[in-house]
Parts: sequence; C-alpha cells; structure tokens
Amino acid sequence: MVYLDARRLLCPMPVIRTQDTVNKLAPGEQVEIVCTDPGALNDIPAWCRINGHKVINTQQQDDEIIIIIEVGDGT
Amino acid sequence: MSQQRKAVALISGGLDSLLAARAIMEQGVHVEGLNFFTGFCVEGHTHAIRKKDKQKPKRNNALWVAEQLGIKLHIIDVIEPYKDVLLNPKHGYGANLNPCLDCKCFMVGKALQWMREHDFDFIITGEVVGQRPKSQRKETMPIVQEESGAGDLLVRPLCAKKLPPTLPEREGWIDREKLFEFSGRSRKPQFALAEEYGFKDYATPAGGCCFLTDENYSRKLADMWQARSDRDYELDDIMLLKVGRHIRPRPHFKLIVGREEGENKFLEGYRKRFVHLRSVSHTGPLVLIDGKATEDDLNLAAQITARFGHGKNAEQVEIEANYMDGSSRLLQVKPLSADEMQTEWYI
Repeated sequence: MVYLDARRLLCPMPVIRTQDTVNKLAPGEQVEIVCTDPGALNDIPAWCRINGHKVINTQQQDDEIIIIIEVGDGT
Repeated sequence: MSQQRKAVALISGGLDSLLAARAIMEQGVHVEGLNFFTGFCVEGHTHAIRKKDKQKPKRNNALWVAEQLGIKLHIIDVIEPYKDVLLNPKHGYGANLNPCLDCKCFMVGKALQWMREHDFDFIITGEVVGQRPKSQRKETMPIVQEESGAGDLLVRPLCAKKLPPTLPEREGWIDREKLFEFSGRSRKPQFALAEEYGFKDYATPAGGCCFLTDENYSRKLADMWQARSDRDYELDDIMLLKVGRHIRPRPHFKLIVGREEGENKFLEGYRKRFVHLRSVSHTGPLVLIDGKATEDDLNLAAQITARFGHGKNAEQVEIEANYMDGSSRLLQVKPLSADEMQTEWYI
C-alpha cells in the first residue's frame, strides 16, 4: 500500500497528487490518500470513475478524510 | 477501415468545452480531456475553506464534465510555468490582472506538447468567436494558433464554420458541415445545443473560471507584490489571498484576519510560518502577520485583532502573540474602535 499525504492541500491538488502517484503504479496496487479538503470526497472518487480505478473505502475521522483506491488497468 | 483519430480537449468545466468535446465525439473521434491547474482556478477552493459553504454540494466541474462525456481527464499542475504567463504577459492584462490571451496561448501550447507526447492528432477548445474574454476575438484567435504552435491542429468546433478550415477538416478526419458557427456573446445557441445533447445541471460561472478576473483578488495580489518589491509568488501566497480580511495598517506588514471558523482553521495550517495573534480573553479570529512587524506594530496588530473578536467593546483584551520559533507573549490592549480602523487599510 502506497501512502499519500494530501493534508492541507485544496482541490484539485489532492486529485493531481493522486493522479501522479497512480501513474507510477501497476494495476492492482493500492493507495491510501489522507486529505483534509472535504472536496476530495467527491473529486477523488469521480477521478477514479473516469479513469478506471476503484475506490475501496472512504472514511472520515475528525477533520481527516482517508480514501483507499486500487489502481485499474487504464481502461 | 479508416484509422480512429484522437483529439485532446481543453476542459475548463464550463458549458462551451463540454459541447465542443461532445461535438467531436459525435464524429467518432476518441477524445480525452486536459485541465490545467494554475493556482488561480476558481474550482473548489473557497468552498473548501469556508465553513458556511461546507453544506453546499461540492464538485469539480472539469471532472463532472469528463464524467458526463465518458472521457478520461488529465489534470495538469502548471503552477510553476504559469508564473511567467502572469508576470510577463506579452499581450498585457485584461480589466484586472487576467492575462487571458497569453493564458490561452500557454494552455493550447501545453495541450500541443501533451498531444505529441501521447500520440494524439489534434486539439479541441470551446472557444466562440466574439465571446468574452479577449482571447476569443476574431483577430486574436489566429494569435492563439500561431503563438501556441498548434496552427491548424487547433479545432474550435463551436465556431469552426466562422474560421478557415483546419487540417482535421481538410483531411476529412472530421466533417466541417457537422460543426457550428456560433459567434457573439449570446449563450442561446449553446443552451439549445446542450438541450439537444441532453446535458443538464452544467456549470455557468458568472465570474469566469479564474480569480485573476476578480477585481478584489487582483488588488490583493498587486498589493502583495508592491509590499514585497517582488512580483514572484508561491502557491501558498495565492491561496492566502483567497482567505480572510486583508488589512495593511503599515506599508511593511499586513494582517490576514479569519472571518469564520473554516477560515480560522485553514489559517492555522500556516501558524509555523507567520507570527500570529489570537485573543485569549475573548473568542476571536486567528490573525496572521505577513511582513516584519516592530514592537509598536505588534501592539497595533493586537488592537486590530481585538477589534474583530467578541471583546471589541471591552476596555481591555488579552492577545497572545505567537512567534515562529514557538515562543509567545501576552499583550493587554484596548481594541481599536470602528472610527480608528482606517478605510484605506482594507485591501
């Protein structure tokens, strides 16, 4: 599991960091993204749907949002 | 069987780029979207900061557009290279600090680079002749083609019939007859086309997609450059210009005063990088000091901080000043009255 700290970043930066991380990974690998911008709760899943990746889990703990995604095969 | 052509579409999140991409997809072309993040894009930020906006539905319109179209979207961070566009615009600024024509040339140039790197065939934008801003005037449209380097690989489907045929049209990759001849500021043709395509709930931002078109924002940016005698900036600088009241009581420092809980929380993220003040005797905002404040200045800053807290009518307010080395001290101050707050201090 790759960990991505996107705290304090405002959208779309968490999406851009996620995209840049995912682009270096192989299908099936997972990324745990920690954000503080609530916009990421919409934007990262939307980016995953568009680009063929899978959201495994999203959870909110106090002011932090944790999103786990699995890299798709690019289709 | 003819080869399927591939086009890259500039997707801002607005209606025009949505329609332009769709018009080309209708002709069997494979389309993917590009969205450039300059740091000044309106999408998302203030919604993310202000608590009062937290209940509103949030979405990134460029992602929403891509999802409606069923295309991939690549969001590109251009914060660093964009500095040169903003600081040295060859074609100057619009009404505020918006370098619209240079910006369009830059973005189409970046799209061209991406197109070549990914083996795509041409570029699509949602430009319409005669529509605001300046980059969409009939005389400036060829400038975008020329200075971006895209030349006739740049297709503007919504007004293509008003312009000379591009290479994809001449080569038959797309049918010019199925493109459009929209022009001027009326949005009716776009609304009608959106209806025909079945698009609803699309974004129609009243103030454009960029903070640089905003008079208040541009004033704060110009003030920052003047105070620093330097026109450079970092992402954090331009983010902070979107947050709080900006008050400059002296030329060498300004205060950034959180206006509500969401902004105070956001400003807390900058506590280690700025001397900051907060009332400890009454509830009140977090205040960052941007610049170098002397002891006298600190007292004035504390009085202003007290002015914006619940102790504004108190005889004395206790303000904690926190330094970047982690130390702090307490100041007892009388809040400034409304009359003492000079109008020209507000940026």
